[in-house]
Amino acid sequence: MLNALISIIFDGLAYAMILFVISVGLSVTMGLMGFVNLAHGVFAMLGGYLLVTLMQHGGLGFIPALLLAAVLIALFSLLFERFLYAPLYRASELDQVLLSIGLVLMATAAMTYLFGPSPVAVQVPDYLSGQWTLGGRVFPVYRVLMIAFGFVLALVLWLALERTLLGARIRAAVDNRRMAEAVGINVDRLFQLTFALGSGLAALGGGLAVEILGLSPTFASQYLVLFLIVVAVGGMGTIKGSFLAALLLGVIDNGGKYLWPEGGAFFIYLVTVAVLLFKPGGLFGARAA
Amino acid sequence: MSEALHNYLRQRQRLRPVEALPWLLGLAVFWLFPDYLAFGAQVLIMILFALSLDLLLGYAGVVTLGHAAFFGAGAYAAGMASAHLGWHEPLSALVLAGFSAGVLGFLAGLVLMRYHGLTLLMLTLATAILLQELANVNAQITGGFDGLLGIAFAPLLGRFEYDLWGSTHYLYALAVLFVMFCLLRLLVYSPFGQSLLGIRENAKRMNAIGAPVYWRLVAVYTIAAAIAGVAGGLFAQVNAFVTLDVLGFHRSGAVLIMLVLGGAGRLYGAFWGVVLYMVLEDQLARLSPEFWEFGVGLVLVLIVLFGRGGVLGLLDRVRGVGR
Amino acid sequence: MRALLFSALAVSLSLGVATGAVAKTVKVGVVMTYSGGAAEFGQQIDRGMDLYLKLHPEAFGGHEVELIKRDAKSPGGDVAKTAVQELITRERVQLLAGFVFSPNAMASAPLATQGKVPMIIMNAGTAWIPSLSPNIARVSFSMWHAAHPMGLYAKEKLGCSTAAVGYTDYPPGKDSLEAFTLGFEGAGGTVIDAIPMGSPREVPDFTPFFQRVKDAKPDCFYVFVPAGNHAAAMVKTYGDLAMRDAGIKLIGPGDVIQDTKLQAMGNEAVGMIVMGHYAADLDNAENDAFVKAWQEAYGADSTPDFMAVSGWDGMAAIAHVIKTLDGDIDADSAMQVLRGWTFNSPRGPIQIDPETRDIIHNMYVEEVVSKDGRLGVQVLDTLEQVKDPCKALQIGKCAK
Repeated sequence: MLNALISIIFDGLAYAMILFVISVGLSVTMGLMGFVNLAHGVFAMLGGYLLVTLMQHGGLGFIPALLLAAVLIALFSLLFERFLYAPLYRASELDQVLLSIGLVLMATAAMTYLFGPSPVAVQVPDYLSGQWTLGGRVFPVYRVLMIAFGFVLALVLWLALERTLLGARIRAAVDNRRMAEAVGINVDRLFQLTFALGSGLAALGGGLAVEILGLSPTFASQYLVLFLIVVAVGGMGTIKGSFLAALLLGVIDNGGKYLWPEGGAFFIYLVTVAVLLFKPGGLFGARAA
Repeated sequence: MSEALHNYLRQRQRLRPVEALPWLLGLAVFWLFPDYLAFGAQVLIMILFALSLDLLLGYAGVVTLGHAAFFGAGAYAAGMASAHLGWHEPLSALVLAGFSAGVLGFLAGLVLMRYHGLTLLMLTLATAILLQELANVNAQITGGFDGLLGIAFAPLLGRFEYDLWGSTHYLYALAVLFVMFCLLRLLVYSPFGQSLLGIRENAKRMNAIGAPVYWRLVAVYTIAAAIAGVAGGLFAQVNAFVTLDVLGFHRSGAVLIMLVLGGAGRLYGAFWGVVLYMVLEDQLARLSPEFWEFGVGLVLVLIVLFGRGGVLGLLDRVRGVGR
Repeated sequence: MRALLFSALAVSLSLGVATGAVAKTVKVGVVMTYSGGAAEFGQQIDRGMDLYLKLHPEAFGGHEVELIKRDAKSPGGDVAKTAVQELITRERVQLLAGFVFSPNAMASAPLATQGKVPMIIMNAGTAWIPSLSPNIARVSFSMWHAAHPMGLYAKEKLGCSTAAVGYTDYPPGKDSLEAFTLGFEGAGGTVIDAIPMGSPREVPDFTPFFQRVKDAKPDCFYVFVPAGNHAAAMVKTYGDLAMRDAGIKLIGPGDVIQDTKLQAMGNEAVGMIVMGHYAADLDNAENDAFVKAWQEAYGADSTPDFMAVSGWDGMAAIAHVIKTLDGDIDADSAMQVLRGWTFNSPRGPIQIDPETRDIIHNMYVEEVVSKDGRLGVQVLDTLEQVKDPCKALQIGKCAK
């Protein structure tokens, strides 16, 4: 029983970290701008494909390629922001949905054209593969490091948001956009910055996910629902919320599958419904949606 | 002022000659494109489904990403009644489909209509997926992923057999759509329909003037669910096949896209949006079975960037310029 | 103008005399999943068909073949059915082919009967599909072909007395579970756990399921997941959890080591034993030629797999029908011609069962090995000319 508990928590945490890294950017941008960006997964997918390309054709190692991919996608996303998203900031949510779904469709077809419909894999370096044994149990190195990385990233993001001037501005804009603008914060510029950061994080998460979930041109739509759930359960615009929601959903999903596989996907959705029924704004929502 | 408003409202609900156009076109297709009727029937079913969503989204301002739950409920009700209970009469089966989906819509509405915005979006999405899982777990009665086999329906009105070209199916779907549309049109211009618009524009004020906002929303959710159920029932009859796909997130998303594409809140938007989207998708998929999604996505993006308000919104603006 | 017409007529007449028969163009409607998550399956089958068409134009008896391709999109049945309906009524195709997902084949089956068009199934593996219409013949496989013999083999040859089964929760998975269990327990083994592992729509994190199996310590772990993304992720998880060191043998149907995915699986896959009907490494003359032609046509780093071979064999079956019937195709004669048809396929000799119109082919016990720095398979054992066990044993819906 203790064994089972350790497995559930450990594997759940590793899964949760992928959810967190990809979703946190979505949460902040949605909280900040109220922009319903269903194409967020596209940046994760592009990050994954760029990682694979940089490793195969650029001869880069896993970690340099991962970081470079994240930076490149972050810069690239600024183009998206300027030419596609910015014209729609004051449009209805439905137009935003239409635009971002359109982008998902285009990205899927484009990736199919460039990389073929078959899934691609990534070769992780030796120091990231293999297992560590502790107390008679084996722990895959990749997952251990990913959990550690996730915690560090969450801490850094949290500190940046709570302790820096930039963070304070973002928080102010999420809480009350008009007021923030009135005191001289350039919310548009702020949004550009967070958008790029969020897309870069998504690309990072997408790169990390290849090893665990695989990567194919439908990645952006396949896991879309999952990312949205993390944002909704955590509450828009909070890092703490996304982190705890990812942990909660990751561990419960794993526990449910381990203990009662017949229940299938029930758990994650039941938890979502339960949380939202009682806390409509999510666990740590800056405001009720 | 109030008289002007009154006149405006009366004028709006008056039948205009141009409203006969879609139906004439629908009939014209029957004679002009006899080879496209199977596809045409699918389009008509989707229009009915989009209309039911328009009542929710366009008139009451309720955004949902789980509307396929009711389409699927109707499809399974008609399908399982035929496959398991021997209920083969098509018209009564449609009533059954609408009724089952309506009951489900009422129950769901009781809970869901207390929420709005992203919360409601996620709740509707999650409930639809839970329903799909439920159908998957009970595969022995629903047929699960592989689908429900053995659906068969008696000739329409006891006389019209279903042919390979789909002409009976097409006219049947067109007739059902027409009847449902007339009911919907009456509904949206009734005082009830107008109160929905009030809720869409400002729910707090509607509450303040004493309108039972919550119950109105539950009522409209139930009606929209029932209509979606009829569309689902029709789908089961025309395809003689139902799989888990009818409940999927994909279908909920697709109908939303088509409706917004056409223009929500104006009934005929559903017609334009569905026809445009489905014909475009069909033609592009013929051209390139592998990469058609790119073209569809591109059109969506362009329409949002340059033609806000959907196809009908675009027409409005063109007319506005001409004036 | 008129003169031109006459001369054209004269030319075509003289050609007809020269070849002894009028060359006809036979329209074949191909309905497959070309977009979305399963697009690669459509691509593999498509390439197999095209390759046969390109290399064996003579097999069609001097007639032309026009392929009209339609995307079936999702496994929902409705799009496929509408496409089939349109292919029959508007395009007036004389043959139907393809069908990746079982529900799409099932939804379309009544049209093959109603429209009297022969339908060649090139993937859809649910056992009873050929029974749904007298005009269906299947050149691919049934889910039972691999799972049932694997159950017997696991007990008798691999020495497993307990087994756990993990399967993707949809009908092919459930079929595979049922067939394996029947074989394994029939031979005296015990299935100690059967775990549904999520839907075919998205790849789950397999860890919780595999951890559960690891803690239960069976001798053999039989896994069925859809070919593609699922399979690669599944083998990775097996390696990550060091299950081999814990003494648990990973076995499954051939689908899970689909040739296109094999290299990506890494060394964790070595030692895995599957029951399959095709592998690019099979050693026979037809296959050598097939793989060589494939790599010339589609690149040295591409490889055919069990789907590709279905496309190839399916096209051969179509050629056989067209040639024998001299381009005049009707469903009854086409089925008559296909019943008992034999062919030397890259997967070994195959036959269409005269009674069930389903495929009869060899099953190979394949072990994943590492040779010359790449992964390949080694055939440990061959079961000759296996009929679909579901129909042979008259189980459930397969019973007449």
